[in-house]
Parts: sequence; structure tokens; C-alpha cells
Amino acid sequence: MRIAITLLLLVIGTVAFHIWSPWWFTPLASNWHAIDTTVDITIWVTGFVFIAVNLFLAFAIYRYRKRPDQPDRKAAYEPENKKLEGWLTIITAAGVAIMLAPGLLVWSEFVRPPQDAAEFEVLGQQWHWTFRFPGEDGRLGKVATQFISEKNPFGIDPRDEAGLDDILVSDNELHLPEGKPLKALLRSKDVLHNFTVPQFRVKMDLVPGLQSFVWFTPTKPGKYEILCEELCGIAHFAMRGKVIVEPEQAFTQWLAGKPTFAQSQQIAAGDPVKGQAHYATCAACHGPNGEGNPSLKAPRLAGMSEWYLKRQIHYFREGIRGASPEDKLGQQMAPMANTLPDQQAVVDVATYLSALPEFTPLTTIHGDTRRGRHYYVTCGACHGQQGEGNFATNSPRLAGQRDWYLKQQLLNFKAGLRGTHQKDSYGHEMLFMARILTDEQAIDDVLAYINSLDGVHE
Amino acid sequence: MKFLEKISEKPWQQIGPADGAALIERMPQTPPARVALRFFLAVVSVLFLLITITFLSRSQVADFQALAGAPWQPLTDPSRLWVNTGLLLLSSIAIQVAAYSAVRDRSAPTAWALGIATFTAALFLVGQLMVWRDLVALGYFVSSNPANSYFYLYTAIHGVHLLGGLIALTLVTRKVLAGGAIRSLGPGLSLCATYWHYLFALWLALFALLTSSPETYRLIAQLCGF
Amino acid sequence: MNHTPIADQQEGLHHPRSFLTKYIWSQDHKVIAIQYAATAIFVGLIAVVLSGLMRLQLGFPGSFDFINPSSYYQFVTMHGMIMVVYLLTALFLGGFGNYLIPLMIGTRDMVFPFLNMLSYWFYLVSVLILLASFFVPGGPTGAGWTLYPPQAILAGTPGTDWGIVLMLVSLAVFIVAFTMGGLNYVTTVLQARTRGMTLMRMPLTIWGIFTATVLGLLAFPALLVSAIMMLFDKLLGSSFFMPAIISMGEQLEHSGGSPVLFQHLFWFFGHPEVYIVALPAFGLVSDIIATHARKNIFGYRMMVWAIVIIGGLSFIVWAHHMYVSGMNPYFGFFFATTTLIIAVPTALKVYNWVLTLWQGNIHLTVPMLFAIGFIFTFIHGGLTGLFLGNVAVDLPLSDTYFVVGHFHMVMGVSPVLVIFAAVYHWFPKVSGLRFNEALGKWHFWITFLGAYAVFLPMHYLGFLGVPRRYYAMGDTAFLPDSAAGLNASITVAAIIVGVAQLFFIANIFLSLKRREVSDPNPWGCTTLEWQTPENPPAHGNWGEKLPVVYRWAYDFSVPGARWDFIPQNVAPEQVEWADRSLAPADHLPRHTGTENQSPDETDSSKTV
Repeated sequence: MRIAITLLLLVIGTVAFHIWSPWWFTPLASNWHAIDTTVDITIWVTGFVFIAVNLFLAFAIYRYRKRPDQPDRKAAYEPENKKLEGWLTIITAAGVAIMLAPGLLVWSEFVRPPQDAAEFEVLGQQWHWTFRFPGEDGRLGKVATQFISEKNPFGIDPRDEAGLDDILVSDNELHLPEGKPLKALLRSKDVLHNFTVPQFRVKMDLVPGLQSFVWFTPTKPGKYEILCEELCGIAHFAMRGKVIVEPEQAFTQWLAGKPTFAQSQQIAAGDPVKGQAHYATCAACHGPNGEGNPSLKAPRLAGMSEWYLKRQIHYFREGIRGASPEDKLGQQMAPMANTLPDQQAVVDVATYLSALPEFTPLTTIHGDTRRGRHYYVTCGACHGQQGEGNFATNSPRLAGQRDWYLKQQLLNFKAGLRGTHQKDSYGHEMLFMARILTDEQAIDDVLAYINSLDGVHE
Repeated sequence: MKFLEKISEKPWQQIGPADGAALIERMPQTPPARVALRFFLAVVSVLFLLITITFLSRSQVADFQALAGAPWQPLTDPSRLWVNTGLLLLSSIAIQVAAYSAVRDRSAPTAWALGIATFTAALFLVGQLMVWRDLVALGYFVSSNPANSYFYLYTAIHGVHLLGGLIALTLVTRKVLAGGAIRSLGPGLSLCATYWHYLFALWLALFALLTSSPETYRLIAQLCGF
Repeated sequence: MNHTPIADQQEGLHHPRSFLTKYIWSQDHKVIAIQYAATAIFVGLIAVVLSGLMRLQLGFPGSFDFINPSSYYQFVTMHGMIMVVYLLTALFLGGFGNYLIPLMIGTRDMVFPFLNMLSYWFYLVSVLILLASFFVPGGPTGAGWTLYPPQAILAGTPGTDWGIVLMLVSLAVFIVAFTMGGLNYVTTVLQARTRGMTLMRMPLTIWGIFTATVLGLLAFPALLVSAIMMLFDKLLGSSFFMPAIISMGEQLEHSGGSPVLFQHLFWFFGHPEVYIVALPAFGLVSDIIATHARKNIFGYRMMVWAIVIIGGLSFIVWAHHMYVSGMNPYFGFFFATTTLIIAVPTALKVYNWVLTLWQGNIHLTVPMLFAIGFIFTFIHGGLTGLFLGNVAVDLPLSDTYFVVGHFHMVMGVSPVLVIFAAVYHWFPKVSGLRFNEALGKWHFWITFLGAYAVFLPMHYLGFLGVPRRYYAMGDTAFLPDSAAGLNASITVAAIIVGVAQLFFIANIFLSLKRREVSDPNPWGCTTLEWQTPENPPAHGNWGEKLPVVYRWAYDFSVPGARWDFIPQNVAPEQVEWADRSLAPADHLPRHTGTENQSPDETDSSKTV
């Protein structure tokens, strides 16, 4: 009896939950209405079956339960009823067909991108998104894994002319024109990833060794998130990107600001001598040999990677870092970064600093290195087992950095003072990771462990 | 089709022993161990079939360099493998003879044939190991090419199955060592013989596959729709 | 030649002599069944704890600093693999299969008792290897239970040194164990049935277990192949599944392999695996429903056909797990069609369960409650499968919590409810004791309602777009704050359900301690296992003589019969009739001669 009523209540409750659930599809922002329609059809058909069969079940239990007042009642004897079973088969098959037919129709649209769809490439890696657009020739250049290097992260074949004018988007912010069919070619450098924008409804895996695709027409201007939806390692959940759908004109303008492959190959090398001259200003705080200064809270710069220094100076100059008034030290740095006259000066300084000799700074933070090691499993995935840093994961060197500086930065990430700026494509990931360190003790423990690392890649 | 007929019966209308008793009379014609062996051979066949499907699809990737075809490829002249094949064939024949003699309770021929079967089977395994050693000496390592990887994979799994057969054979013959009659070996040996023949046929198929030329692979792959 | 049914051949029936051979190195299928079940439930409990830890992280992210991303993914992986393979497969086939096959088909033991024992010990070894991975450097693998390469063996994933190797080796050993057991189950069902046990007189439990075992025998090789090939890639540097890769900035030596190939192999195993778990559950629940509704299973033939058809179709639907995997998208048409076709026989099974209840005499016992709970959750899980199987509908839902909700409902909660129904149903047979009904009911209500509260909302997180396998959502613009609240409530419900399993464990231990002796056939079952001379059945099961089967397994409430069930081994002459005129004609003895009247058929001691 109770179970019959419970089943009735569960059916009512499920339907109510379905109707009033605030958790439902995000508003559609692409051409794939048809997918939403097939979902609706499926919900109607399955919903009908769910209600009908369960109500019948509840009623059967209610009606035919054993009752003390009818001790002699016997069940009916009915081995089978061919006619009834036949009808049920037919009705079920019909219901299945009603769902399957539109599903296959939509799929046939999905597997055949329109002829005029504009192609672009999505390139995934652990744990970062980058993108590539064809240049004026409208063709993407050939790529191969063996061409991938620090200088050519997309692995474009330098001998292929079609690749020279390819436009490279190295950060994880993608802009797309509104109202045009687009075909995203998907490629991965390392493991499986999946390109998903919930509002577009469609998704597809990125598979190393082959190219897959997904096509859609963005229909609603706005900012959406790209999620990786295929498990790709421990920072999988932090592998996010942004899509900004905007009118064609704005898109073209954005694209024009990005370098072509040819341009990316022509960036002049830094000049350490000029860099040293520029550094004179910086030395006041960061020390004559870039060793940092505890009393002024200036971090060590000597021996940091060139690409990392360039990016951070650039961030300070653009207000991507050090913009928040609560980040007092960052605020001091921002105007100083702007004293460098031009982009070339930034490169020169970075080149100079990266070649300065190693040294081991004083340890100021103590903690439980065993617990720290446990935390560092996560950090090491990007920053390297020895804290040596890795260009491929966009992660700076940690070993040998001043521990009080690292602590300050971790606190900044946790407080949202760093990594939250719209244009900080790399710091965003660190927001997720800093949160793993639940309290100050955890930070101290992991820093104590980092202090024990030598930064030498095994 | 008999199965379909059988599962169309209406059991609620068949009360009483008649059908059942008849059914049971028929059953023992096949000993359970033989039924189990058939299922096991089906399992092993699925195993090798699946590897072969992956092999065919892998063979169509550009970096696949078949082990035979061109004169400088190591398996273009498969004489070593022919020797091993001969050993396995000998083993297969010997074990059949052993089974035949055991049923007739002839102990000397059984013992001889068993000895030959075991010895040649072991020699086959050694021979396969020698082929591996030669390949390694020629620089054909597991990892240097997918064709090599498949050669080692196939021969290793085939060898493990033969090794398992030898263990089973030991278990079967243990009875006699413990003082049982030669005749009692009959059923066990005849199962082993079936298994041996299967492994021999399987080896022939693998041999043919592994020493084929790239063109053959392309042809089969196309036929299979890769 | 004098004929002895194989079922009665005493040769090979191993008689235990000491405590060790009776309980440890036992070759008795009943003892092996209990060993299998106990081991499976033990690892299952570990997996339950792992799921609790995962839920703590998901419900209250950032509150538990011992759960970092790498341990989270390790928990996910181990939870999934243990539940699917080491708990469900082992418990249904190694546990219930071992216990019930010989008893239900009327034989003294499996046809190869020694192999059967070996099967358990190999299984135990595989479990130990799996658990050992918690104690090796780097811990267990965190590649997800699907172990997709390249990520499963590359940097950036936990346990790529030791964990993954132990996982693959453990799986290989498990498959060897399963093959030994499986050959035994199949051969026993085919060759050792007692006199009169025709195929169509077998209870559906046997049909389910038998078909699932055949599926397992043919599907597990695919997992074995992929495990061996991945071990080659990992340990010997071959490139079966590994294309050219830049891992963490370093160029690897691999080239040309295909990660999608692994997925095909894996799901060629993985989808039949779903039915390896589901078919035994279908069988067990059919028998439980019929027994406790005191009514024959409705459409027995259709139920058998459905089991066989589902089993066959399960081999051609695998790539519905791969619609968005980057495989040739044209495959989608074929696999969506086959997948939706398989829904038809499955739906018929559900109808027939419900129609069995219709006009029944439903005893709402503890096993029956769990069986009804199963019907409800299975309807839900089956219907949500139609979303994911239909290729276009799968696009927005794939890789989201909808998938998690779906497969837990259909492959987690549903089979587990059947397991509980079956344990309560057969407990009096296995132990000879009664269990505590009140505790059992508490266990049912909390588990059933709690599990629904856990998994129903997950579907809606999926509609919303919450991805699965995320350690934390962080700030994600499209997620309302209420999603975090929903996640927290799911966690609370999950913990309650987890803790409620103590009712079950307590019930078993209390019952074993109290020793209230049960009636030998408390539910009034017709199948042979309830007709053994001793309860619980002794070694050899049947005493002097094997039972002879005269009827199908569902002679409940036969019109005119005095009692509402007629066991399978009761001859037409022995049936007690209250009103002979009501009896179906074919149920009355046919006096057409004596051709089948052998002595041992007439002197059966059974009367009803």
C-alpha cells in the first residue's frame, strides 16, 4: 500500500521537479534549434511512458496487493497474451521511431557542414586552448606534430606557403562572427580533449593523431565559456576558454590584431646589452643581479624564463596585472613597467634577466614538507616535478623563487586579485588551483616543499 | 534452427516428464569438457579476430612497414618460420597418435607419442624465441614499427596459449604417473589434440598474415571496408 | 550402456575433509559463491566509500584539503572500475551464478569444480592487485574507468607509472578468472541439467545468467586485447594507440597509433558489459516478482526471447558511447538505429514485469519491495537511455551529468536493488535463517528514496550543461548559484544512502547471530533450489536422488490446485487439487501408458 502511494508521489514529484526545475538548458546561441526540438520530442514520448507505466504499476500494486480481509484470493493464471504483447511491441516500436527519425534527420545535418562554412582551427593541449584562422588565402597551412616547438607551438609546416599567413590566437579567448556558418577543425597536441560550448549545443572530441570537426552558426552575440569535456588529466576541470560572438566587423578588427605565423617567426631576438641598460631602473628594487629584495617585497627575476618575464611585463603595462587597488605591490609595479619605452625594450630586459646566474634565496617559510608534497602533486603537473617551470604548459619556474613572493601571489589568486582579469588567459587556470590550498597552513606547507626543490628537470 | 524450435515451446502446456526425459537421454553424447573446450576455442578466436581487425586498420597507416614483401625485409624469406611450423605440425600429429593409442590402451606408443608431442611443442616455443632474438639482432625491436609490434604481440599470445596447453597436458598425464590406466588418458588427450590442431591452424593463419606483402594487407583491408 | 545423467556423476565431486578444504580451498559451488559474494561486497564497500569522498568534494568544494584533483580522479577511476567489474560482474555471475545454477537446474555441483575454485582464487588475486595500486608510488590510475589512452599512460594523469600497469594486469587476471568461471557456468547449464529440465523449463534467472555469461565470454577478450596492447604501448614503447604526441612540451617516440581504436575495442567490451550486469538482474527480478506476486511470469517465452535478442544486439551498439569521440560521424546513423531497436525488447520486459503484477496476489515482502523499486528506477534509467542513444539528442547531453545520472540509475541503482532483493529472497536458503523484516524495510525505503534523490537531480545538472569528471566547477558564468546548492543536497542524500547500507550489514550479522531457523521454503517458491532435502543444502545438494522436473518454473496459482504454487519437481499425479474440474487439462496426469514411468520418478518423496 505504502509503496503504491510512494510510486504515485514519485511520479508527481518527478513531473513537478521537471516543470519547476530552474536547472535547464542555457539559452540557445547557435543554429541548432533542431537539437532542442529532438530533445523536446524525446521528453514528451519518454515522459508519457514514464507516467503511464508507473501509474499502471502503482495501480496494479494497490489493486492486487495481498489483503488480510481476503485471505483466500488467488492470483489469475495467464501464461501469456500474444495479442497484448503484439500490440505493446507495435506501440513501443512506433514510439521509438517517432524519436529516432527526427534524431537521424538532425544528425544528417550535423555530419554535413554547409559548403560555405568558414573554417578555423581549435588546438587543444594540456590544459589550454589556442586557435588558428586562415589568412587572406582562406586556407589553413599544413601542420605536423614534429614541427611543434617553443617557437612554433602550432606545429605549422614552415615550407607550406599556405601556412605563412595563418593567424594565430595563442590565448584562450576566441572571437567568432555572428550569423555565419563556421566549421571548427579540431586537433590535439597530446591527449583527448572535447570542445564544448553549452550554448551552442554541439560538441566533439579533439583526438591526437587525427582531425575532427564540428560546425555551427553562432546566432547570439555574447560571451560564452568553452569547456573541455573529455577527461584530459588532473587540470581537466580548469581547461576553460572564452568565446565572444560579435558582429562581423568587430570580429575582423579583433583578428587583425593577431599575428600571422610569418610574423610570429620574425620577432627579433632580445639584446642583453641593451636589456642591461634598461634594467638599471628596475635594479633599485629587484637588486643589481635580479635577486629580489625582501624588504621591498620585490621578487627574484634572475634566471626566470624569457617568455614568462615578457608576458608579465606586458601584463603590467596593459593593466592586466596590478590593476586592482587592493593589490598594492602590483600597483607599484604597473607604472614602473611602463617606463620601458617599447616592446623591443621588454624583450631586451627579459633576455638579459633570463641569463643572469642562479642563486639560492633564503628560506623564510617553514611548514610540513610531507603535506606540502601531497599538495604539490597537483602543482607539479604543470610547473614540473622539480618546480622547473614549463613553456608548454605556460607555467613559470617556482624553484628558487622567493617563498614570501610565491605566498603573496597564491593569496592574490585566492583573493581574486590576480588571474581574474578578462585578458589574463593563463592566470585563470591558477584560480582553480590556488583554491585547492584551503588555508594558510596549506600554503606554507606547499612552499616549504617547493623550497626543497632544485628546479633541475630530471 | 533446432534452438529456435526449442525456445518456441510453451512450457506451461507441457506438464509431465516426457519431453524432459528424452532430452536428457540425448545429452551425454558430448562430454562436458568438450563443450567447454568449444566455448574456449570460440573465446580464443574472438581474441585473435579482434587483434587482426586492429592489425588490418593499423596496416593502412603510412608508418606501417610490413615485415615481408621487399627482399631486405626479414620475413620475406620465412624459412625459420617454416621450420617452426614443421615442429608444430609434428607435435599436432604426435598428440593425435597419443590420443589414438591411449584409447586402445597401448602404453608404449602413447608414451612415445606424448614425449614427441611435448618435445616438439617445446622446440616450437624455443624456435619462436630464436626468431625474436634474430629480429632483435637485426634491429627490429617491438617499438620500432607497428608491424614488429604486431609480430611480437601475435607470437607471444599464441605462445602463451601453447604453454597453457602444455600445462593442461601435464595435468592430464599426471593421472598415469599416479598409477592410472593408460586408457583413462583417452578423453583428456583427445581434448588436448583438438586444442593442438586448433593452435596449429591458428598459427598457419598468423604465419600467412604476418608474412604477407603490403599489397595483400591493402587488399584485405579494402575488402573489410577500412 | 547404463545411463547416468551428468548431473549425478559422483566422480569429480570433491568431498571436503577438513575445515580448510570445506571453507577455504573448497570446490563446493555454494561455498565458492559465498566467497565470491563476500569478496565482491567487500570491494564494493570500498567503492562506496570512494564515491562518498567524491561527493564530499563535489558538494562542498574546497572544504576537504585531503581531496586534491589527483586523488579525486583516482577515486573516480577506482570507484567506476570496482563497481562495474569487480562488484557487479563478479557478484552476479560468480556469486549468484555459482550458487543458483547447480541448484536451480538440479545438479550436484558445477561440471568442473576444481576450475571453479581456481576461478575464485584468480578473482581474489585480481582484486588484491587492484587494491595494491593504492599503496604504490603515485597511487592508482586516475584515467577514468574507461582508461582512454593516450592520457592513461601520459604525464598529467595520476598513476601513470605503477597505477595503470597494475590496473591492466589486474583486469587481465580478472578476465582469466572470469573465463574459467564462465566456461563452467555455460557447460553446466548446457550439459548438467537434471531429468526433465528442458531449456524452456529453466527459471529466467538461469536464462539471464547463462546469456550474460556467453556475452562475457565473447566480450571480455576485447578488454583483454586492449589491456595487453596498452601494456605494450606503456612498457615496450609500441604505438598501437599512440599517435605522434607532444606531451608537456616533449616530443614522444610514438607515431601513427589511434586512440579511437582503443575506444572501439573498449566499448566492444563495454556495451555487452552493461548487459552482462543487466541480464542476470532481469532474470533474478523476474523470478522474485513472479514468486511474491504468486503469479506466473507474464509472457515467459517473450522474456526468454527478449533476453536472447538483447544479448545478440548488445554486440552491435557499442559505438553509441562514441558519438562525439571523433570517429567517422557517419557511423552515428547505424549505431543510433541499433541502439533504439534494443529499447523494444527491453521495454517488453518491463511491460511483462508490470503485467505479472496485474491480477496477482502481491505479497509486499522485503524482496518484493526491492523488486518494485527496481522496476521504477529501471524505467527511469531505460528511458533516459533513449536520450543518449539517439545520436542528435546525445550531442548536448554527452559528457554531462545527464550521463552520470543515466548510467547510475540504470546500471548502478537498478542492479543493486535487484542484488538486495535477491539477497533477502535467498537468505533463508543460503543460511537457513530468517532475517529481520523491519530492518530490511528501513533499508529499502532509505536506499530507494535516497538513491532517487541522488540521481534524479543529476539529470537536470546535465541539461544545464554541467560537465562530468570535473573536480570543481569554480566560477562558471552559465551556472546559477543554485546548482551548487543542488550538488550539496545530492551529497547529503548520497551520504545518507551510504550510511543506510549499515542496516543491511547489521541485518545479516544480527540474523546470523540470532539463528532463528527459517522455514525451508518460506516464500512458497517453485524452483528446485527450495526443494532440497536439507536447508541450507548440504554438499552434493540433493541427498540420494536427483530431483526430476515435471513442469516449468512458474506454476503459481494454478486454477483448481489446493495451494498457490506447485514446485517443479512435483509430478502431475502428486498435485493436490481442491477442485479438479478447474484444472487446466494439460496439468492433469495423462494415463496414456507407462513409457516414461521409470522407478525413480514414481517414488519421489515430495508431495504438496
